[in-house]
Amino acid sequence: MKIFLALIARDLTLAIRQGGGVGMALGFFLAVMVLLPLGIGPDLKLLQRIAPGALWITLLLSVLLSADRIFQPDDDDGSLELFSLGLMPMELVALAKAIAHWITTGLPLAIAAPALGVLLNLDSSLFLPLLAAMGLGSMALSLLATIGAAVTVGLKRGGLILSLLILPLYVPVLIFGVAATAGQNAMPGVFGSSLLILLAIALACLVLAPAASAALLRAHMK
Amino acid sequence: MQKYANPTRFYALSGKVLPWLAAATLLAFAVGLYLALVKAPQDYQQGETVRIMFVHVPAAWMAMFCYSTIALASAIGLVWRHPLADVAAKCAAPIGASFTFLALVTGSLWGKPMWGTWWVWDARLTSVFVLFLLYLGYMAIWQAIEEPLRAARVAAIVALVGFVNVPIIKFSVDWWNSLHQPASVLRMDGPAIHMDLLAPLLVMGLAYTLLFFTLHLIAIRSEITRRRIRVIELAEVQG
Repeated sequence: MKIFLALIARDLTLAIRQGGGVGMALGFFLAVMVLLPLGIGPDLKLLQRIAPGALWITLLLSVLLSADRIFQPDDDDGSLELFSLGLMPMELVALAKAIAHWITTGLPLAIAAPALGVLLNLDSSLFLPLLAAMGLGSMALSLLATIGAAVTVGLKRGGLILSLLILPLYVPVLIFGVAATAGQNAMPGVFGSSLLILLAIALACLVLAPAASAALLRAHMK
Repeated sequence: MQKYANPTRFYALSGKVLPWLAAATLLAFAVGLYLALVKAPQDYQQGETVRIMFVHVPAAWMAMFCYSTIALASAIGLVWRHPLADVAAKCAAPIGASFTFLALVTGSLWGKPMWGTWWVWDARLTSVFVLFLLYLGYMAIWQAIEEPLRAARVAAIVALVGFVNVPIIKFSVDWWNSLHQPASVLRMDGPAIHMDLLAPLLVMGLAYTLLFFTLHLIAIRSEITRRRIRVIELAEVQG
């Protein structure tokens, strides 16, 4: 457990000190949210209708964009080799990397989403469902991203394959995420059925994704 | 099972089976197409367009069947580390992708006169489209990783992860209210489709299955040959 926390702390420190991390993801999020009304036009009704979907797609893209950096730097400087020799099983290493990725990418965006939703005239009753759904959904996204990152670690043309592999797996998260936040389907209260399914997906990913990533990383180390 | 997993023995055996399998495929297609395109009655609502179903439904079955084959072969390859299982998984992917594409195209052709649109984003259609993307991603891995053993392991894990989509496709029409009609052949209370239409459909399904096995065997045989050539070339370069 101590090593596990230390690994998360290391990744967070790296993300902050390298200047990328949280700021970069938020910057990307903000840029898309500003560009969107310029591209679609300033019709507030229309923006309000597409706001949850737009926020979700942007979240998905920012997770996807940062996904290939989950294992690649560690593979480049050799620390991935050290992890595989260390005391902690690779499953937990993969889980720690996924959590660190979630804290630096998904979580800040989920917290910022209601604020950015204001820019898109998002209905204020949707703030809480959006926050909850995005928090949960982005965790599933980060976990799935580690699978893709583990597939493409060490590959030259990894980025494109990563998107091709991960996007199909993102579809369920996107569908239920939008359903949990799109006004007409959202159940009264925060814990509607879509949100429960989202929780189920996140929990399933929490168990399965580290196992798959660890198996992939071992195949890479051979 | 282990006995026939030896590539040389498999090669010899499949060479003997292949002509018979190909002949059976041709026969099944001849009978199936005759029944489907000539003999089967028009549907009272759909008219002649019902015949698209005889091409569409078996293709969709095979799309899922091929992916299940890949997943099964991948699991065997991962557990017993057998190269022939890896080859079998690899070779099923392009065939499965073609079946999936055929199902999507014929479904779209049928949807235009019946639903009035080429495509709707409903659960069944979307999940089959996702299956198509999974096939592409799976094939991309084999392309991207040069070393066959590593490619096999990575591709196998990805195939197993993607397998969650297959039950989603099967039950998507039951779980969500879908524009696509629910299952009408494999049902608890017997098929909901008349015998005159069911018989050609089943024959076509058999024909598609035989076609898959024929193509799969040919693909595995050529892949084995390709690997042997690669080994010989490598030996020459090193020697």
